[in-house]
Amino acid sequence: MTTAPDQVDDVTTDVLAVAAKQVRDEGVGLTEEQILQVLRLGDDRLTDLLALAHEVRERWCGPEVEVEGIVSVKTGGCPEDCHFCSQSGLFPTPVRAAWLDIPGLVEAARQTAATGATEFCIVAAVRGPDQRLLNQVREGVKAIRAAGIDINIACSLGMLTQEQVDDLVDMGVHRYNHNLETARSHFADVVTTHSWQERWDTLKMVGAAGMEVCCGGIIGLGESLEQRAEFAAQLAELDPDEVPMNFLIPNPGTPYENYPIVEGAEALRTIAAFRLAMPRTILRFAGGRELTLGDLGAEQGMLGGINAIIVGNYLTNLGRPAQADLDMLAELKMPVKALSQTL
Amino acid sequence: MTASFCNWCGKPNTEAAHDLCQRRLALVDPPRYCAECARRMVVQVTPAGWVARCSRHGEISSAR
Repeated sequence: MTTAPDQVDDVTTDVLAVAAKQVRDEGVGLTEEQILQVLRLGDDRLTDLLALAHEVRERWCGPEVEVEGIVSVKTGGCPEDCHFCSQSGLFPTPVRAAWLDIPGLVEAARQTAATGATEFCIVAAVRGPDQRLLNQVREGVKAIRAAGIDINIACSLGMLTQEQVDDLVDMGVHRYNHNLETARSHFADVVTTHSWQERWDTLKMVGAAGMEVCCGGIIGLGESLEQRAEFAAQLAELDPDEVPMNFLIPNPGTPYENYPIVEGAEALRTIAAFRLAMPRTILRFAGGRELTLGDLGAEQGMLGGINAIIVGNYLTNLGRPAQADLDMLAELKMPVKALSQTL
Repeated sequence: MTASFCNWCGKPNTEAAHDLCQRRLALVDPPRYCAECARRMVVQVTPAGWVARCSRHGEISSAR
């Protein structure tokens, strides 16, 4: 059988046809230019795009969904000026400083483990950890282990020195989160108190020390589609184990309080594009999906490239009840990844 | 207890419509202001709940 010339043209130029061969069949992520083509697809192609992203996820990651819970050990009062963040001490937000004690940390880990989650991430709103914070994390990790809570412990404590990276490895922290947040070309519009490069340097140290790297960002920070594609390509270059995808929650008092909420179809297209850029990564639903996607959109995301989820509440914002997400996964017949599969 | 102030924006309940405030409280935000005195509260969010403490009027939580 011969192929008609116009069909050949479709297969070689249509980005979804290219992605089917390149990403789904061969496991090679899209380039920045190709990601941008995907981000520019019309709503009439969204169903096909999500279906392809789901096939890619199933082929290269499998059917399991990794479930995680997070908690803020040190809330608010941050010296940095990330313009989206209600925890910056530089903006007149309603968030007041709070410090979670060890029993509270253990209880949060227990709540997380009770959902069947394999990951528990301890997060602090800081530029980088001081000795007091590191001591708190060390004692917290010990207490969680002593309580017999069977869960992987991750941390997100800002920028690190090599000595601090080594400390965290010694504590048994298995994954470290540090989001690049947005494209390198857009970062200085979002944060002025430190650079994208400083974040990148921390991530490279974390990876070199043998901890799993978790690095994602926030969609809806005023970035262009080109910068969104740039960001996905930069993440792909970093090759993190996990990419958490947040959607901006415009928080009162922050410079971005009046930014629009990302529209649902745009959010889904972005999720799928990131999956096609990084076929093997753990792509996690994180904050903001409740406002951006709602219940139905969350299901579409799970069927459009996502293979991990933060359940329950976030750091300063609330999420859906964990059981609602677990019920959704059961309805979608997506098994929750067991701890034994993560080791 | 009288709820004179909006938990989300801290403004008097009688001053303006609080539709957005109610939507945010229902979907993504814990209370941030004391309903009795509008002081900012210290709020700790955990995976399964939240606790908010007013220095004058005490604690409320998602469990109540």
